Amino acid sequence: MKLETNQLLRFTTAGSVDDGKSTLIGRLLYDSKSIFEDQLAAVETTSKRKGHEGVDLALFTDGLKDEREQGITIDVAYRYFTTPKRKFIIADTPGHIQYTRNMVTGASTANAALILIDARHGVIEQTKRHAFIASLLQIPHVIVCINKMDLVDFSEKVYDEIVSQFESFASKLYVKDIQFLPISALLGDNVVNRSENTPWYKGAPLLYTLETLHISSDLNKIDARFPVQTVLRPQSEEFLDYRGYAGRVASGIFRPGDEVAVLPSGFTSTIKTIDTLEGELEEAYAPMSVSITLEDDIDISRGDMIVKKNNQPEPVQEFDAMLCWLNDAPARPRAKYTILHTSNEQRAMIKEVIYKIDINTYAREEEDKSLEMNAIARVKIRTTRPLMMDEYRDNRVTGSFVLIDDATHETVAAGMIM
Amino acid sequence: MGKYYLNYLDELESEAIFILREVWAQFENPVILFSGGKDSILVTHLAKKAFYPSKIPFPLMHVDTGHNFPETIKFRDDLVQSLGVKLLVGSVQESIDQGRVAEERGKNATRNALQITTLLDAIEENKVDCAIGGGRRDEEKARAKERFFSHRDDFGQWDPKNQRPELWNLLNGKHFEGEHFRAFPISNWTEMDVWNYILRENIQIPSLYFAHEREVVWRQDSWIPVSEFLKLEEGEKVETKKIRFRTLGDITITGGIESDADTLEKIAAEVSAMKQTERGNRSDDKRSETAMEDRKRQGYF
Repeated sequence: MKLETNQLLRFTTAGSVDDGKSTLIGRLLYDSKSIFEDQLAAVETTSKRKGHEGVDLALFTDGLKDEREQGITIDVAYRYFTTPKRKFIIADTPGHIQYTRNMVTGASTANAALILIDARHGVIEQTKRHAFIASLLQIPHVIVCINKMDLVDFSEKVYDEIVSQFESFASKLYVKDIQFLPISALLGDNVVNRSENTPWYKGAPLLYTLETLHISSDLNKIDARFPVQTVLRPQSEEFLDYRGYAGRVASGIFRPGDEVAVLPSGFTSTIKTIDTLEGELEEAYAPMSVSITLEDDIDISRGDMIVKKNNQPEPVQEFDAMLCWLNDAPARPRAKYTILHTSNEQRAMIKEVIYKIDINTYAREEEDKSLEMNAIARVKIRTTRPLMMDEYRDNRVTGSFVLIDDATHETVAAGMIM
Repeated sequence: MGKYYLNYLDELESEAIFILREVWAQFENPVILFSGGKDSILVTHLAKKAFYPSKIPFPLMHVDTGHNFPETIKFRDDLVQSLGVKLLVGSVQESIDQGRVAEERGKNATRNALQITTLLDAIEENKVDCAIGGGRRDEEKARAKERFFSHRDDFGQWDPKNQRPELWNLLNGKHFEGEHFRAFPISNWTEMDVWNYILRENIQIPSLYFAHEREVVWRQDSWIPVSEFLKLEEGEKVETKKIRFRTLGDITITGGIESDADTLEKIAAEVSAMKQTERGNRSDDKRSETAMEDRKRQGYF
């Protein structure tokens, strides 16, 4: 593995137990030699105890006690594997309807989504749900794996029908890049190696597809945004007057000499240095963590944002957003919440629910406006002070937020700014 | 135009720095849980980067079981001095002397589980509201579901079914008095990533990780070091072997592997060819299939 150039790819998987999702992940881990002997031995023992023939690949991904007892996955679990080309992080989320919240969580940081379809059943409600979430969370790449091809005799006709079913409803969604693959997770066809059973399929196997997805263009390089996390003031002899603004570049590129504005105050200055422990940098881009110093002494604190003077986000106090409700307790009408947006924290109120979306049919519901667990709705939000925001479609970092209930301190909703 | 993307180690580093700065910004009184093992050394190294040119703005906290490798304690003290940070120590021996916990009995008795009480007491005494740990999701199945910011109730307990959703990079550290958080900045690193990074950054680690000659006993499929705490059982014999440790815990439970890897390069090469997980040599994880999960629920690291 080449340390200097190899990238990290984060992908989510969605699907229920029956789609063979856990088996597929087990297959990727197993075939990429990411399973250790002691893990294999433990799974072999459990497989035998449960009366399975051979090794049950799905057991590699089962995590906690409850789900091993129930045989289902209950939360987002993270898995890791590495090939000579890339490091991968899988956010493995369950597919049941009650777990929209987990799918949204797993999708929020993903570069790619893997959607599984059982070749015997074709597109079902759940498929539409997963595709909708991938679109809502703006996952740049969607890979649709039509699984269990072995059970339909590796039929090209079955495969083509499912592809066209998917394309017909996906045209309503906003997905930049969709690819389709015929696979058998259980037998390994087109997972790591090209299958001899699908001579009609001219594309690459899944692992190669994941290794070569072009992801470096997915980050926004245009709109320079730097949310300040904290201010570094060493007050040591060597750095007596040092004031560094610590944060992670959300998007765009910063260089010393750039004219910048500090929001919300609007004061302008010039970048003096971009610092790290290793020394000063000539440029910083997403997602680098750095410390920025400015030529002028301006009062800056956590929650402020440094941006390029000639490219500033809108300060907005009232805005529309797509909201996913994540909590058992439904939203209270006109209730106030704490809103976290980049490093900023304000008070917010859901002024209005404009419509809810049925994620199975994509139909808008304008009568029932209750926000209960797993509801997805377009809402109008008002904050006590302006937030510096971009549309989620343009910027996943400055376009996203969460709501926190002050009574419980729980994260109750995730929002995407429209 | 240059390349405007990070390689995976730089991306993991940047993510960890982001999380450490969030901890500092959101909590009053955070500490780094320092065991002397490579993961907590890595977290400390990342904290140095996160706050440069300031010093690391919070103390290191060590839960001392009394069953230490002497090398670990010396390493800890040297590091604390060179960083100029404060060291807090919670002592399991004191917890035993005060009657807070009772020493385990029986053949495989250890002080591993006793640490939970000492840790929670130290957190309460020092009014710690966030304990930063070197836990990684690839280590053990119960850890695969940890959040970066992991909430603990006022008994210090973890409820895996009631975790806060963590979306994008928005970390919610809000808590009530008496509750605390655990933060895991290197959640997304694997053992291989840790070694590759230690090698790249040339981070100092205790000599125990390098191959050396040591008196050991073969027990539970690994080489347990001879120490004042080790009671020989029938049929066991002391041998001298060239070994090294993949993880460092108590001297009573940390098994070594036979190895000639005496440089970071050789260790990284050895780890990449390993066929067993690193915790495969930790007898604390062998007690049952859900040993780690059960301890974590109670407040373990």
